[in-house]
Amino acid sequence: MATVLTTGRARKAINYIRSYWTLYVMLALPIAFFVIFRYIPMSYILIAFKKYSLFQSIWEMPWADNYGFEYFIRAFQNRDFINAVRNTLMLNALDLLVGFPAPIIFALLLNELVYPRYKRFVQTVTYMPYFLSWIIIAGMAMQVFAPNTGVVNVFLRRMGYQPIPFLNDPTWWVVTYVLLGVWKHLGWNTIIYLAALTGINPELYEAAEIDGANRWQKIRYVTLPGIRPTIITLLILNLGQILSSDFDRPYALMNPLVYDVSNVIATYVYTYGIRGLQFSLTTAVGLFQSVVCVIFLFAANALAKKYGERGVW
Amino acid sequence: MASIRSRGARIVDLIIAALAFVAVLICLLPMLHVLARSLSSSEALIRGQVTFWPVGFNIQAYKFVLSDSKYTWSLVWTIILTVIYTLAAMTMTVLAAYPLTYEKLKGRRLINLMILFTMYFNAGMIPMYLLLKDLGLLNKPAVLVIPNVLSVFNMIIMRSFFYTIPTSLRESAEIDGASPVMILTRIYLPLSKPVLATLSLFYAVGRWNGYSDALMFMNDRRYHPIQLLLYNILKSITSIDVATLEGFRMPGLNETIQAATVMFATVPILLVYPWLQKYFIHGATLGAIKE
Repeated sequence: MATVLTTGRARKAINYIRSYWTLYVMLALPIAFFVIFRYIPMSYILIAFKKYSLFQSIWEMPWADNYGFEYFIRAFQNRDFINAVRNTLMLNALDLLVGFPAPIIFALLLNELVYPRYKRFVQTVTYMPYFLSWIIIAGMAMQVFAPNTGVVNVFLRRMGYQPIPFLNDPTWWVVTYVLLGVWKHLGWNTIIYLAALTGINPELYEAAEIDGANRWQKIRYVTLPGIRPTIITLLILNLGQILSSDFDRPYALMNPLVYDVSNVIATYVYTYGIRGLQFSLTTAVGLFQSVVCVIFLFAANALAKKYGERGVW
Repeated sequence: MASIRSRGARIVDLIIAALAFVAVLICLLPMLHVLARSLSSSEALIRGQVTFWPVGFNIQAYKFVLSDSKYTWSLVWTIILTVIYTLAAMTMTVLAAYPLTYEKLKGRRLINLMILFTMYFNAGMIPMYLLLKDLGLLNKPAVLVIPNVLSVFNMIIMRSFFYTIPTSLRESAEIDGASPVMILTRIYLPLSKPVLATLSLFYAVGRWNGYSDALMFMNDRRYHPIQLLLYNILKSITSIDVATLEGFRMPGLNETIQAATVMFATVPILLVYPWLQKYFIHGATLGAIKE
């Protein structure tokens, strides 16, 4: 009896391997990729707790002072780092405040457009900035907002106003940074809402019309509730990323005059780490950021679930 | 429907159309201004006469840009790089997504978990830099391909599309004796052409627009992609010392050259965008369905 079972199981195993071994061969490369380029770097995180030395392996390096937390302490004593954390939070919060509602409003506007071909034209044009790199956008901004020759300041001067230093004054730089984000993402981010809008049952609109609802009331009581789950999901994702920092955007737009507001965590790590070779300090900073990001994401998700919304997972 | 709309409703329709047109102008006018600058004389530019139409029309700046092998080479190199990267990334994406659609595959949950985890937690810039250094990949062209050759997000999109293909198709092929590889190449890939096109475009645009990896991991200027070249030129052009270092001997031309350089890097995207637009939009909605 027992032998019959084992041979049966063995035959099953052989059959399984015979039919599926190629799947494991296929997975070999992707798994190798994730192990080498995503998991092995995690072992390098140890450097945050050790005194980095070029000539020793990670295991041989001596532990950092203060039970290994020396570099975390040093980071929080570093004015530039505190400044980078503040700027990261500030720019992300402003992005959320301005950049998050903008595509919702624009999607509602597009949804109300009654000329189908014109609507498609508007979509085509407004999606386009999404495909321009931050370098190109920075290059355009440098020209459009140039103090003497840029078109915006040319018009301001013609109307008798003083030129505005959009990219060279800290406050104006923040304004420009946020608005350029809206410019790049406005059209593209409407797609997800427009997709959600097509899922709304048309009978709801008909019922609302019978009840004598006007355009605004239909938006308020049918359209907005219809895209509410999408809004909440995206809001969670965005809240979860409040301390994550993009590198391409601030680095492309920054210049020495606005360093005080444009220095974010990612650019800080680049300048102090890859340029300044302070590997232990910057690895500690990176770890701090990753951990906080994970905590924020889980917290935002839990919060959404508590208020009866679908979470991200 | 439109005929029974009241007059008031039609006026609101027109106001909405006008508002949408403002958005269109905001998207197009900056590009028009840069184009006008690139085709204007530097005197007119410095006097602040250029808005959306060239003043003192000439193509000096473009002659300068196109005669400089630095620009043309970076364009060619970025195209080569983008093609290689896209092919490699698509191969990896399919290789990861397809086996994971087999529910019977042992270890599938673990592999899924291992892949998903990297979406939420990553080691950061410096550990990656040190790893690439230890692997001897720094300053090698491969560093612009390998470290980001697979995107978890795109892999999930690919996999969820594979899931929409009925398993009965696969099972009947299995009964006919088809191997998993044959099922992939004869059934799954031909059925997934639109998604393959869309994801290829996402990878291609990502590579074309990316510069931070080259900035961090590549010191050899020959292998700088076009975006990094553009960045270096934009940053250096403001100071004439560095500008001459970069090869600009005509400071007067600087501003128009800057504009021409931006146009030079933008035009390839603008050329392909209208044709490939529908695939992009397809991809965005795919991402939305995912959750």
